Amino acid sequence: MAYSEKVLDHYENPRNVGTFKTEADIDKDEIGTGLVGAPACGDVMRLEIRVRDGLIADAKFKTFGCGSAIASSSLATEMIKGMTLDQAATIKNTQIVEELNLPPVKIHCSVLAEDAIKAAIEDYKKKHPK
Amino acid sequence: MSAPNPDKIAVSVPDGVKLPIFMDNHSTTAVDLRVVQAMLPFFTNHYGNAASRNHSFGWMAEAAVEHARGQIAALLGGDAKEIVFTSGATESNNLALKGAASFLRKQGNHIITVETEHKSVLDTCKRLQREGFEVTYLRPASDGLVSPEQVVAAMTDKTIVVSIMTANNEIGVVQPMEAIGAAIKARNPKCLFHTDAVQAFGKIPFDVEKAKIDLASITAHKLYGPKGIGALWVRRKPRVRIDPLIDGGGHERGMRSGTLPVPMIVGFGKAAELAKGEMAAEAIHLRALRDRLHRGITARLTETYVNGSLERRLPGNLNISFAFVEGESLLMALKDVAVSSGSACTSASLEPSYVLRALGVGEELAHTSIRFGLGRFNTEAEVDYVIDLVVKSVERLRTLSPLWEMHQDGIDISTIQWTPH
Repeated sequence: MAYSEKVLDHYENPRNVGTFKTEADIDKDEIGTGLVGAPACGDVMRLEIRVRDGLIADAKFKTFGCGSAIASSSLATEMIKGMTLDQAATIKNTQIVEELNLPPVKIHCSVLAEDAIKAAIEDYKKKHPK
Repeated sequence: MSAPNPDKIAVSVPDGVKLPIFMDNHSTTAVDLRVVQAMLPFFTNHYGNAASRNHSFGWMAEAAVEHARGQIAALLGGDAKEIVFTSGATESNNLALKGAASFLRKQGNHIITVETEHKSVLDTCKRLQREGFEVTYLRPASDGLVSPEQVVAAMTDKTIVVSIMTANNEIGVVQPMEAIGAAIKARNPKCLFHTDAVQAFGKIPFDVEKAKIDLASITAHKLYGPKGIGALWVRRKPRVRIDPLIDGGGHERGMRSGTLPVPMIVGFGKAAELAKGEMAAEAIHLRALRDRLHRGITARLTETYVNGSLERRLPGNLNISFAFVEGESLLMALKDVAVSSGSACTSASLEPSYVLRALGVGEELAHTSIRFGLGRFNTEAEVDYVIDLVVKSVERLRTLSPLWEMHQDGIDISTIQWTPH
């Protein structure tokens, strides 16, 4: 199947790859991690957010999955940077589908990216009960 | 220190290598130019109908068809009269199994086959099950092989056909056909032995007499012939009888009616003749390329796993899993190299390869498998380029993979509570 230009761009030049845990002077309390999917299904995404002053100051990801899964998670990190947690929590997979022109068989990749954002926010909130 | 940012990989294309490279020779092959040359006159000059008995156009076509039958039969150790032309191996497998089941219905209702067969055998068996036949699907060992004892143990007095492919299309594993054939006939001489020999025919020595085969499916386009022409070899001594699927003018001894596609048949014959002459040398060439590819990859990458027996294998096949790198994402990186993957993402079903699953390969590894199919026209320079591209692409994708990172950190991913979706 043919991939959209945007999927190819994110696949070839993924944004925000990595993890915060290897960075020096990192405050673990600022980090929320979402790990979604399963190796047996062929898709695993890990999305990390770094929250400062109520805003997502930075985000990082690593993904095991097809090109569309890599592109979806790369795009997700771009989208949420600078957002409040509440704003990020409203991101819908359909926005990712639209932005990347994902075909129907790849919609599950965008769903997984939405799940990863939500899981990262939840993990952060668990560390900071109100 | 920031995490490694995966740079675009740089792989230079050596002189003499033209992109894209075709390494998917189990799916199909290029038609050899010598085959094309043999076919051409039969489109425009000798275009007669091989069934026309009353003029020279017909005689010319018929003579060409009979010559091709001989060329094909010689490659499998049978007689020219035993070749029944079909549209391809899918039809041959359908004709063999449905035709035999229908004809032998009164003798029994049990069929034995293997879980790793091609879909044209498995789906035909499923249809026969719906029509009241019982089918046993043998599970191969982890190396892909089926044993004669296993086959005989599954046979009952009602078993009418055993169907076992000679060489597998995904993992290239070659079954011990002579031992299996001898065991079947020792248990019940009347039980038919069918084989889907598509991948083996013209690639490795294949002999219907030695393996006591009754029905063999073959096709032209896997051995540098044209697409759209195949055959079912049907034993005459002792005579094997099957019901036809297609009724009509009684062509092909009543087993497959329809006007014969003479140019395609001529091409099939020529391809078989070339294979007979060149197969031995070609196998040495292909095995050397395959081993070079395998060694080149494993010398530079850890956590790779060959699927299926490396010893009993087609010379041009390498099926290998690259742990922690999903197959379709790797295919994207190899966009100038035609190969295929057992990953779910490349199939309509979203299930990873059923062949690898039958071998007991875990789903997570099945998703990471790539099949390389080397053929007549591949070169050492192409293999070297592909090694470099594969190694660098896998390394890049592993830097993107959370599973690889966990593995590096000593975390056993099987202990993690995953959320299947």
